[in-house]
Amino acid sequence: MLGKLTLSAVPYTNPIIMGAVGFSVICAAVIVGAITYNRKWDYLWKEWLTSVDHKRIGVMYVILALIMLLRGFSDAIMMRSQQAIAFGPNHGYLPPHHYDQVFSAHGTIMIFFMAMPFMAGLLNLVVPLQIGTRDVAFPFMNAVGLWLTVMAAMLVMVSLGVGEFSKAGWTGYPPLTELKYSPGVGVDYWIWAIQISGIGSLMTGINFLVTILKMRAPGMTLMRMPVFTWTALCTSILIILAFPVLTVTVGLLTLDRYVGTHFFTGGGGGDLMMYTNLFWVWGHPEVYLLVLPAFGVFSEVTATFSSKRLFGYTSMVMATVAITLLSFLVWLHHFFTMGASATVNAAFGISTMVIAVPTGVKIFNWLFTMYRGRVRFTTPILWTLGFIVTFTLGGMTGVVLAVPPADFVLHNSEFLIAHFHNMLIPGVLFGFLAGYTYWFPKAFGFQLDEAWGKRAFWLWLSGFYVAFMPLYVLGFEGMPRRMDHYNNPAWQPWLVIAAFGVVLIAAGIACQIAQLVVSIRDRRSVVDQTGDIWNGRTLEWAVASPPPVYNFARIPVVHDIDAFTDMKERGTAYVRPERYYPIHMPKNSSIPFVMGIFAFAFGFAMIWHIWWLAIVGFLVELGSLIVRASMEDVGYEIPAAEVERIESQRFRKLDGMGVTQRAGRRAAILQPQPGLAD
Amino acid sequence: MSTSTTTIDDLFPDELFSPADGHGDHDPEANVAFGFWAYLMSDCLLFATLFATFVVFSGSFAGGPTGRQLFDLGGTLKETMLLLTSSITCGFAILGMQRQARRHVMGWLAVTFLLGLGFVAMEVSEFAHMVAIGAGPDRSAFLSGFFTLVATHGLHVMAGLVWMLVMMGQVSFKGLSEPVCSRLRRFSMFWHFLDIVWIGVFTVVYLKGSL
Repeated sequence: MLGKLTLSAVPYTNPIIMGAVGFSVICAAVIVGAITYNRKWDYLWKEWLTSVDHKRIGVMYVILALIMLLRGFSDAIMMRSQQAIAFGPNHGYLPPHHYDQVFSAHGTIMIFFMAMPFMAGLLNLVVPLQIGTRDVAFPFMNAVGLWLTVMAAMLVMVSLGVGEFSKAGWTGYPPLTELKYSPGVGVDYWIWAIQISGIGSLMTGINFLVTILKMRAPGMTLMRMPVFTWTALCTSILIILAFPVLTVTVGLLTLDRYVGTHFFTGGGGGDLMMYTNLFWVWGHPEVYLLVLPAFGVFSEVTATFSSKRLFGYTSMVMATVAITLLSFLVWLHHFFTMGASATVNAAFGISTMVIAVPTGVKIFNWLFTMYRGRVRFTTPILWTLGFIVTFTLGGMTGVVLAVPPADFVLHNSEFLIAHFHNMLIPGVLFGFLAGYTYWFPKAFGFQLDEAWGKRAFWLWLSGFYVAFMPLYVLGFEGMPRRMDHYNNPAWQPWLVIAAFGVVLIAAGIACQIAQLVVSIRDRRSVVDQTGDIWNGRTLEWAVASPPPVYNFARIPVVHDIDAFTDMKERGTAYVRPERYYPIHMPKNSSIPFVMGIFAFAFGFAMIWHIWWLAIVGFLVELGSLIVRASMEDVGYEIPAAEVERIESQRFRKLDGMGVTQRAGRRAAILQPQPGLAD
Repeated sequence: MSTSTTTIDDLFPDELFSPADGHGDHDPEANVAFGFWAYLMSDCLLFATLFATFVVFSGSFAGGPTGRQLFDLGGTLKETMLLLTSSITCGFAILGMQRQARRHVMGWLAVTFLLGLGFVAMEVSEFAHMVAIGAGPDRSAFLSGFFTLVATHGLHVMAGLVWMLVMMGQVSFKGLSEPVCSRLRRFSMFWHFLDIVWIGVFTVVYLKGSL
C-alpha cells in the first residue's frame, strides 16, 4: 500500500534534521495561521494560486526563489561551520552521510530551485511589459510550469523529514548514484525533483520564445528589443535545446535504478562517462541560461542609472548570441580528466577561452555606458559594480581552469568551488538581486529601502570575498572538495576565515529581510506615483506600478531601442488615448495548481514505489490536460468602460503631478501650424 | 528618381498606439502553432540524445545477443509500412477537415488510429519476444539503448493514439470548429513528426543493426 515507506523513514533520532524539520513546519504553520486569521484563503486562492497573470506568476516564482535561497544558504552555513571545526580528532557535528546530503541539497537547490525560479520570475514579471504586450503566449502553461517547479521544490523539502536526500552531489554522477551504491531513496528524490521542475522549465522556455518572437508591440524590431528581452530570448532557446538532454540523462539513470538497464553501470557494457558527457551537454548551457538574463538585468540597470543609452547595443546583442552558441561547444571542460586525447582537450580548452571574448565585450560595454554618464549610486548599480569586478576575477580563474594541464591539478579541488561560486554568485545572484531591487517598485508600487539594500550589498560583497578567496588558496594547497573531515593543519585557518565570510553573508541576508520588512512598513513613503520611479528607458516604465491586469490599455508603437525614453523626449509619453477598446484576457484556472499537487503525488509515489498512487497521479495529469483541451471559453473580456475607469484613475493622479499630455495637445505639436506650412 | 528605403517607422509614421488594437492584436492560432513547433524541436533534441546514446552503446553487447541475431527486418518493414501509411491517412483526415467534411475526418482518423494501434501491437509483441528469450533491456547496454530509444518512440505513438481518441470525441461533440481544427492540425504535425523519427529508428537501429 505504501511501497517502501514506513515510519522508520522519518529520522526522528537525529536532532539536527528534526530541528530543521521542526523549524520548517513551524514556519509553515505560522504562515497558514496568519492566512487563516486574516481570512485570506479566498483571496489567496482567487488572486494568486489560480492566477494566470504573468506578473503574479513572476512574483510567486521570486518568492519561491527567495525561500529556497534561505534553505540553500542554511546548507552553506552547515558546510562552512562543519569544515571550520572538523579537523584532526574533532569530527564536527555532521556525520559523513549527513554532510553529503547537505552539499548535494545545497547545489541542487541553488541551481534548480533558487536560480531557475528567480530567472523565470524576472522573465515573467518583466518581458511582457518590456515588449509591450498584455500577456505571455501561453498563460495557462505558464501557471502549470510554476506549480510544477514549486511542487518539485516541495519534494526536496519533504526529503528532509521523510527518508533522505541524495548523497551524490548535485550532479548525481554514476556509479555512485546507481542502485548498487545508493540503494536509499535519496537519489530518487533528486531524480524526480529535477524531472518535474525540468518540465516546468521547458514550458517557460517555449512560452517566452513564442512570446518574444510573436507578440512584440508594433515597431519593435528584433534590433530594438531591450537587452533584457534579448537575453530572455537566448535563454529560452537554450532551455528548449538543453533541457531535453537533462530529461533524457536523468531518465536513463532512472531506468538504471528502476528497470535494471546498463547505461551507466560498471558492468553490462555501460559507460559512466556517457552520463558525465550528457549531463554537461545540458549543464554548461544551463550556466549560461542563468547568467544571460543576469547580464540583461545589468544592461538595463547600467543604462538607466547612467542616464544614458547602453553603449554598443548591437555588440551587446551579438555577444549574447555568441555566448548562446558557444555554450554548447565547451561541455568537456568539466571533465578534462576523463582521459580524452590531448587534441580533444586542447580544442575544448580553446573553445572555453573563446567565451571570454564576448563576455569581455559585455564588460566593456557596461563600463563605457557608465563612462561620462551621470551614474546614480542606487542599490541596483552597486550590485552591478560589485558584479563587474568580482565576475572578471572569476573569469580569470576560469581561464586558468580552461588550460587542461592546470585543470588536471586543480580539478575536483576547492579551487574549482571558489571559481564557480565566483562566477555564479556575482554573475547570477547579484544580477537577480539587482533585478529584484530594480523591478520591485514595478511589481508592488513602492520602492525597497535603499539604506538596508546598500548594507545588504556591502555585507554580501565583502562576505563573498572572505568566504571564497580562501578556497582558492585551499585549492592550491591541494584540498579536495566535499570533505566532511580532514587532517591537514594548514587548511584549518583558511576554513575558519571562510566560515567568517559566511557570517558576513548571513548578516547581508538579514539586512535583506530587514529591508523587506522596513519597506513594507514604510510603503506609503516610497510610493511609485508615476510608474517610472527610476527615470527608466524601456516600456515597462510606461505603465502604472503595479500595472493593471491588462498591462497596456492601448498597445504602444515603438520607434527606438529605448522606447520609453524616446516617448518622453518626443513628448508622447503619458498621452491619454482618444478612446479605449474592450480587452480580452485569459481566465484564472485551478487546473495548474491541481496538476502541481498531483505531480508532487506522482513524484513522491515514484520515489517510494507506491505504484497505485503513481498511476493515480499520472491519470489526473492526463485527465487535466484533456479537460483543459476541451474547454473553449478560457478568456473573458474587460469592457472598454472598465478600462477607461482604471486609466482615468491613473491619469487623474498623473494630472495632479503635471506629467500628462493630452492627445490633442500632442497633435497640435506634431501637425504643421496653418499659416506656417508654406 | 531617388531610391528610398522603407523603414519600420514608415509603417507607423505617426502612430502612438497600435492601429490593430483591442481585439485580435495577436494571432493566437499562429502562436500556438509556433509554440508547438518549438515543442517538437525540443522533442527532436530528446530523440537526438537517445539516438546518440544508442549509437555509443551499439557495440556494447556484453556477451549478449547482437542486433543481427535479434532483428527481424521483415517484421520491422511491416511495422514501418503501418506507420507510414497512417501518416498518409492522417493527411487525408486533414484534407477532409479543410473541406469541413466531418464524416470524412472521423473515418480517416479511425483508420489512422487502427494503423497506429497495429504498429504499437507489433512493437509490443517484438519486445515481449525479446524479453522472453532473455534479451531484455537489462541484458546489455546495447539492449538498454535499443529498448529505451524504440520504446520512447512507441510511448509517443501511444500518446498520439490517446490524443486521436480525444480529437475524435471533440470532432463528434463539437464539430469542426476553429479550435478543434487547430488541434487537429497540431495533432497531424505530431503524427508526421513521429513518422520522421521512426525513419531514423528504422535506419539507425534496424537496418544498421542487421548488417
